[in-house]
Amino acid sequence: MSAQPTIVKVAGPLVVAKGMRTAKMFEVVRVSKEKLVGEVIELHGDRASIQVYEETSGIGPGEPVELTGETLSVELAPGLLTSIYDGIQRPLQLIEEEAKSPFIPRGIYVPGLDRKKKWKFTATAKVGETVQSGDILGTVQETTLIEHKVMVPPGLSGKVESIESGSFTIEETIATVGKDKVCMLQRWPIRIPRPSKGKGIPNKPLQTGTRVLDTLFPVAKGGAGAIPGPFGAGKTVTQQSLAKYCSAQVIVYIGCGERGNEMTEVLSEFPHLQDPNTGEPLMKRTILIANTSNMPVAAREASVYTGITIAEYYRDMGYDVALMADSTSRWAEAMREMSGRLEEMPGEEGYPAYLGSRTAGFYERAGIVDCLGSDDRKGSLTVIGAVSPPGGDFSEPVTQNTLRVTKVFWALDAKLAYKRHFPSINWLQSYSLYAENLNDYYNKEVAEGFSQNRDRARKILQEESKLEEIVRLVGTDALSPKEQLTLETARMIREDFLFQNAFDPADAFTSLRKQFRILRAILLFSDIAEPILQQEDFDFGKLQNLSVKEEIVQCSFIPEEEVDEKFDALEETIRKQVTALQISSATAGTPQESESVAV
Amino acid sequence: MSTAYKTVQDIAGPLMMVEGVSNITYDELCEVELPDGKKRLGKVLEAREGLAVVQLFESTQGAATEGTKVRFLGRTFEIGVSEDILGRMFSGSGTPIDGGPAIVPEKKLDINGFPINPYSREYPADFIQTGISTIDVLNTLVRGQKLPIFSGAGLPHAQLAAQIARQARVLTKEEVETEGKATYDASMEEGKFAVVFAAMGVTFEEAQYFKQEFEKTGALSRAVLFMNTADNPVVERIATPRLALTAAEYLAYEKDYHVTVILTDMTNYCEALREVSAARKEVPGRRGYPGYLYTDLATLYERAGRIRGKAGSITQIPILTMPEDDVTHPIPDLTGYITEGQIRLDRALHQKGIFPPVIPMGSLSRLKGKAQGEGVTRGDHSAMDAQLTAAYARGVEIRELAVILGESSLSETDKMYLTFSNRFEREFIMQDERENRSIFDSLRIGWDLLSELPKSELKRVKPEQVEKYMKSARKNAPALVS
Repeated sequence: MSAQPTIVKVAGPLVVAKGMRTAKMFEVVRVSKEKLVGEVIELHGDRASIQVYEETSGIGPGEPVELTGETLSVELAPGLLTSIYDGIQRPLQLIEEEAKSPFIPRGIYVPGLDRKKKWKFTATAKVGETVQSGDILGTVQETTLIEHKVMVPPGLSGKVESIESGSFTIEETIATVGKDKVCMLQRWPIRIPRPSKGKGIPNKPLQTGTRVLDTLFPVAKGGAGAIPGPFGAGKTVTQQSLAKYCSAQVIVYIGCGERGNEMTEVLSEFPHLQDPNTGEPLMKRTILIANTSNMPVAAREASVYTGITIAEYYRDMGYDVALMADSTSRWAEAMREMSGRLEEMPGEEGYPAYLGSRTAGFYERAGIVDCLGSDDRKGSLTVIGAVSPPGGDFSEPVTQNTLRVTKVFWALDAKLAYKRHFPSINWLQSYSLYAENLNDYYNKEVAEGFSQNRDRARKILQEESKLEEIVRLVGTDALSPKEQLTLETARMIREDFLFQNAFDPADAFTSLRKQFRILRAILLFSDIAEPILQQEDFDFGKLQNLSVKEEIVQCSFIPEEEVDEKFDALEETIRKQVTALQISSATAGTPQESESVAV
Repeated sequence: MSTAYKTVQDIAGPLMMVEGVSNITYDELCEVELPDGKKRLGKVLEAREGLAVVQLFESTQGAATEGTKVRFLGRTFEIGVSEDILGRMFSGSGTPIDGGPAIVPEKKLDINGFPINPYSREYPADFIQTGISTIDVLNTLVRGQKLPIFSGAGLPHAQLAAQIARQARVLTKEEVETEGKATYDASMEEGKFAVVFAAMGVTFEEAQYFKQEFEKTGALSRAVLFMNTADNPVVERIATPRLALTAAEYLAYEKDYHVTVILTDMTNYCEALREVSAARKEVPGRRGYPGYLYTDLATLYERAGRIRGKAGSITQIPILTMPEDDVTHPIPDLTGYITEGQIRLDRALHQKGIFPPVIPMGSLSRLKGKAQGEGVTRGDHSAMDAQLTAAYARGVEIRELAVILGESSLSETDKMYLTFSNRFEREFIMQDERENRSIFDSLRIGWDLLSELPKSELKRVKPEQVEKYMKSARKNAPALVS
């Protein structure tokens, strides 16, 4: 006999109910008279443990639980872009309207997508065609930037019996495939990756406009990267800068357990910021998921899955999608909290033993894929996760598990942030395993010698750290002129190339071409100076006082349109001024042709 | 109306198990009557069929499994509020302790509050002038921000917090337009102001210090004080900040006050939380603190901010003492991940006799971007911030180098940095506890100090700014007035 499911225990976000024999794992349930949203996460006989996505105070044993038969899913259709959702895809704007209050009460039910809005659907498939899963039936201009492709849902194929262009709501039938009616609205369970035909090797860079990232530690479209760093080192600024300027077409930004004001900042800023590629407001390509740190902890666990499922949906249309999750540590902590309440055996630092597999499962949803459908389109999903290690200690479990599955590591360094060096990405600790794969692209598409210059820059920075130790022990005087030049060049690379002001509109975004030219100018300076330093009694101060150095400092502000012209002129000045030192300091001899940098 | 249960089974630390109960809910408030007739408040931590785990806000001393009565009140912990709470002092669990009459509540509010919808928030952007150079120029405080003070035992955090509460105000339009030449006219300022103060486990003297400070400046009449001193019940501390923030929310969002909330000391709060967690035998996280410490702290700190369409605001200044000055300790660490920056006090500066010992390295205000610059303060503000911090960081590095190598081996430029950073500590960071410097004065001192360095080193400020401000900063430097 099956009794009416009722609550037997409430402890924070964990509720245990009996009479749950028919419940399935991960089924969505409505808890108590207030109908709070919950998800079944454990079953013991007729008892089920439920994680509740809303505040549970005032709920007690004896109250009813309602089964819905569904698993936690997101709604997919036009209208997703420009939205801001909570962790379980409830639009925050609608919550405000419904609640008539700036606070989030509980038990509020609002649909993820507008049911009444009519969209202009243009059919591209024709009656009589045979279509398969993933084939495009038609399109909807969702925002000025993105054309939404309405696809045959996974698992469905057959002959198009009827299809029509026109204005439809997302629930109205737009086509009949075989015997099935298809509307624009689809659902997909958030914990299951959306299918594709297969994955490829990422070999194109996701341009970010941030010099230290693009030049030294590039991430590929379809790659996965991690940004760990202590608080105050600039994780959020870096993530937001990526969301603003990276070359993806669709951005999903998940604020997972972070500050409320940060989401407000994105919300107030993005509608006014222009997409550098199209000039349209950035919001038109962005979807925000916000579970701030004071919102219910269980919904935090769900928020990253909600976000990545929406991201995969746009990937399936053939777009390059980038997902930023800030911060995955809060997600891991939410898992730890639920695990603790379930009284599971803890793994490292109290985290559940499945932390590693869940982390891997999440990042593996990134990739460049052959989308379902017969038109051979490719889509990519790049995932960048911020990690907030306690005390900035990278040896903790979340950082370590993340590094095992991501190929890009941007290590944020509090010491750099203290010196106001931004982005405070440590150039000695960070790495990118995509650099090799991307060399071809860089050398062909941007400039011959790009990778060669990068390797040189990295080597100079490495040497600098060694030399600095010597300086600390015995002072600068003990260094040879050549070593002094290395220090000087490294300083220029750090201060004039790697340093970038994300808040200065002229400096925040740098094209790959310009990045190449800045770095080349610095290396050229070093190359020409080197033979000149070899002269006897050369006064190193003279080199430091050259006026061209001032120009190098300012060169990151050269407008993108005049890059080649202005940098040619700059290089000319460098040649002139540095070579002039030779004539004046060594009375005899003529200027020598210096070893040339890669052009 | 409600039944009194005499079925207490276990008592352990602040926890009690009550059996045979029915119709109870999670987080419900209950009243416990001890055998000697004393009454205690408690709340339900876990509600099961026929069993309640109750946490008392006061000591369980005198409680017995026999003779103790528990009455469930059918509501969560609430505080009665009205504008009459201004000027009053309450205990850590919300009862008046100033000898005044009970508050006739306009309404009763759940002390846990509800999370603010991020969509309904307004991004804080109003510059607050605290009159303290290191905060105004380098770590700008913004109305609606949560900016904690990271301190250590024996450091003057109380004085600093009191100074902020005393001097904080916004600039008038005239002051911004004339770059500080217009005199300040208090009547030009808009809005009403209030201070909410919560003491958690601090000594009687420290609590009294704040009270006297408020009295001296006449701020007491617009302050609400919640006092849980070191000798008060430990577990009560878990409710104290929530009471304070609920009162603050009422004043800010319903009565349009600009509220400054001072919470001291968050370390004691976290320790109370750890005590309850340990009594419940929960799996501990780092250093024995519960795994949900982050979430719990967030439910407090996130109750700061501004709301679209509301005139009031809540600015939070929590104070915490870092055990052994260790910033990686879980309490400062998790706090830093939630708050919008931190003001860090430094023992070495303090020992040099510098007040306030705010160290630029490690201090940060995340919201300063919108509160610095043309129209808000002055065009050169954010460049000055970056330049001073970068130069001081360099100067400190060189100072360390000089210790090893001797000053004579430094280059000319390095020596300039050394002079700069020494003057920076003495003239910019250091100021009197009663000195109220305008932002324009602070910037002028900044330019004066930067003139110690060669112009080619000034990479963060623009040449036209150097042209405009540096000369006048040197020439007509007026005597510092308070």
